[in-house]
Amino acid sequence: MEPIITVKNIGKKYNINHQKGGYITLRDIITNAFKNPFSFLKTKTKNILGIETKEIFWALKDVNFEVMKGEVIGIIGRNGAGKSTLLKILSQITPPTTGEIRINGTVGSLLEVGTGFHPELTGRENIFLNGAILGMKKKDIAKKFDEIVKFADIEKFLDTPVKYYSSGMYVRLAFSVAAHMDTDILIIDEVLAVGDAEFQKKCLGKMEDITQKEGRTILFVSHDIKAIKQLCNKTIQIGNGQIINFGETENVVEKYLSISNDITLEKWENNKNEFNNDYFKPEKFYISKEKNDELSINLEAIIDKIDNSLTVGYALYSEDNTLLYWSYQIDGDNTDIPKLQIGRNIIKSIIPVEILNNGRYTIELIGGIHNKEWLFEPNKGNPTLTIEIDRKFNTSHLWTKKRPGLLAPTINWKNK
Amino acid sequence: MSNGHITIIKPKKLFSLSDLKEVWEYRELLYFFTWRDLKVRYKQTAIGALWAIFQPFMTMVVFSVFFGGLLQIPSDGVPYPIFVYTGLLFWQFFSSALSDTSNVLITNQAIITKVYFPRLLLPLSSVATKFMDFAIAAVILVGMMIYYGYTPHITGLLIIPLLLLITFMASVGFGLILASINVKYRDVRYALPFFIQILMFVTPVIYPASIAGKYSWILALNPMMGVIQSARAALLGTTVLNWTLIGISLAATTILMIFGIYTFKKTERYFADII
Repeated sequence: MEPIITVKNIGKKYNINHQKGGYITLRDIITNAFKNPFSFLKTKTKNILGIETKEIFWALKDVNFEVMKGEVIGIIGRNGAGKSTLLKILSQITPPTTGEIRINGTVGSLLEVGTGFHPELTGRENIFLNGAILGMKKKDIAKKFDEIVKFADIEKFLDTPVKYYSSGMYVRLAFSVAAHMDTDILIIDEVLAVGDAEFQKKCLGKMEDITQKEGRTILFVSHDIKAIKQLCNKTIQIGNGQIINFGETENVVEKYLSISNDITLEKWENNKNEFNNDYFKPEKFYISKEKNDELSINLEAIIDKIDNSLTVGYALYSEDNTLLYWSYQIDGDNTDIPKLQIGRNIIKSIIPVEILNNGRYTIELIGGIHNKEWLFEPNKGNPTLTIEIDRKFNTSHLWTKKRPGLLAPTINWKNK
Repeated sequence: MSNGHITIIKPKKLFSLSDLKEVWEYRELLYFFTWRDLKVRYKQTAIGALWAIFQPFMTMVVFSVFFGGLLQIPSDGVPYPIFVYTGLLFWQFFSSALSDTSNVLITNQAIITKVYFPRLLLPLSSVATKFMDFAIAAVILVGMMIYYGYTPHITGLLIIPLLLLITFMASVGFGLILASINVKYRDVRYALPFFIQILMFVTPVIYPASIAGKYSWILALNPMMGVIQSARAALLGTTVLNWTLIGISLAATTILMIFGIYTFKKTERYFADII
C-alpha cells in the first residue's frame, strides 16, 4: 500500500537573527548606514558575495518518515525540539528549506482552536467563517451545522457575538467546528489542553471517533502522554530537529519517559588536588542514573580521620541562584546515616526530581565539621554540577509548560 | 480514497500557474473574508453602510467650498462638486484599497501563522471590500448626475468597468509591494498615510489635468490620472476620451500588478517565519 504521507529529507533553516525576534525597522537600517557607512558597506558586500558568516540554525534536519492511511501518529519531544516546525511545514504555513513531502489527500490543520474567530461576529457567523478558513466548503458547513452546534452545546447563544461568550463556550465552539472538518488527514497541535475536564473527555472521545470509526489519518502533537497513549498507535519522538525514535507508541513513550535519555550527567573530579583535609577529601562529585530511572548525587572521598560531627552534602539552587535546600548525610534517622570509614567512601542519595520545576538547577558540594569549621563553605568556589530538568515527571495534562513557582511537586489528591 | 487530491510540499518556487488555480479553488474563502470585513465594519459603526457615503460626500462638500468656491480652481467646464466627486470616488477606492492591502498581512497575522490558504486572498479580499464602498458611494454620483442633468453616453458607461479594472490592478499591484515591505520593516506603515496623501496631490483629483498644460504627459505616468481623467470624460464629457492615455494606464498597471505578485510571492516564502 502506498503511504498517504511521505516525508523525505525535510530540513528547515533559520537565521539566528531572525530567531532572536524583534522587528527590523527601515529607520534603523538607514540610520545604521549613515552612522557606520563602512561596516554597512562591508556587510552588504559580504552579503552579495555570499561569504557572510551568518549564524544559522537548523530547526529540522533530515527528517524522514511515512504514514499509512488510517494511522494515528503522535509526535512528542521537548519544547524547542522541532515539533511545531514540523507541523507548520506539514500544514504549509512555512515552506521547508530542503526535502519534499508528498501527501495523497486533503489536509486540515488545527494548530490552535478558534483561528480566525472574530469577536464581533455571532456564533452562527463564526461557524461559517472559521469553517471556511479551515478549508471547508460552505455547503459542507451548512450540512454539519446542527451537529457542530449540538456538540458545542451553545444553541441558546447562536446569535450572540462571541465576545460575550465565556471562555469555555468559546473553546467548545471552536473545537467543535474543527472536529467536523472533513479532510483525509488531520494535523492537531496540543488542542486538548483547553476547556474543563468534562469537555476534554468529550474531545478525546470525539477524536477517538474520528480516528477509529471514520478511519482518518491523524498527526497529533502533545505533551500529554496520556492522550498520546490513548489515541495513537504509533509515535514519533523528535529531539534537536531530528527523529530520535519512531515506532509503536508504547515503546517510544517508555523510552521518552526514561529521563536519562538526553540528560547530561555531569561529573566533577579533583584533578587539581584541591580541598585537602583529613576529614573528607573529595575525589569525585557526580550525578548518576539508577536502575529505576532515578537520579542520584554521588560523593566519593578519602577520609583519614573520623569526626562524628562531619556533615557533608549539597546545596540546591534554582536558575536565579535562589537556595532551595541543603541536604546532609546525617539528615536521616540514626539507623539510616551512612557509616563512614577510614579510606575511600562513596556516599549517595536520590535527587527528588519530582518536586522540581522545569529549568536548570545547580548542585553545590557543601560541608564541614558541625559548629566548628567549614570544609566546603557555600558559595566559596566549591565543586558544582548543573542539572537540566524538563517536566516529563508531570502527569497532569492541563499543565504542559513550566509552572509558576520555584518548585512543582507532584502531589496526589483525594476526594474525601 | 481521496478523490486524487495530491499535495506536494517542497522549497517554494517563485511563481507557478498552479498558484492562480489555487486562488480559484479557494474563492469561497475570498468571499468569506470580504463578508467578514464588511459585516464587522458595519457592525462597529453606528451609521453602518452610510459611512461609505458620508465620507466622500463630506469631503466633496468641503473641497467644493474651499477649492471650487473660494480658490476658483478650474473644473473643465462642469460644476465643481460633480467634478471633484467623480475624482474622489475613484481616488478613495484606490487609496483605501492600497492602505488596506499594505497592512493586510499584519492585521491577519494570527491566521497566517496558523492556517494555510493562498495568501493572495487577503489583499484581494481587502480590495473587494473597498469595492463595495465604491459601489455604495457611486449612488451619490448618480444622484448628482441626475441633479446636474448629465447623461453619460454608451461608450462612457462601457468604459467604467475597464477603469475599475485599472484601479483594481493599481491598488493590488502597488499594495502587494508595500505589504511585502511592511512585513519586513514594521515602521513603513507609519509613513504610509502620509505617502498616500502626497500621492493625492500629484493626481488630478481636486484639479483638472489640463492645469499642467503641456507638461500634463508627466502626470500620465500615474495610472490613477488616466483613470480619473477618463472617468470624467466618459461620465461628464469634460474632454474627448483619450484612448492612448487609457492604454498607457492599462499597460503600466499590468506591469505593476505582475511585479507586485512577484514581490509578494518572494516574501511569502518566509513571512510566516518573521511575522
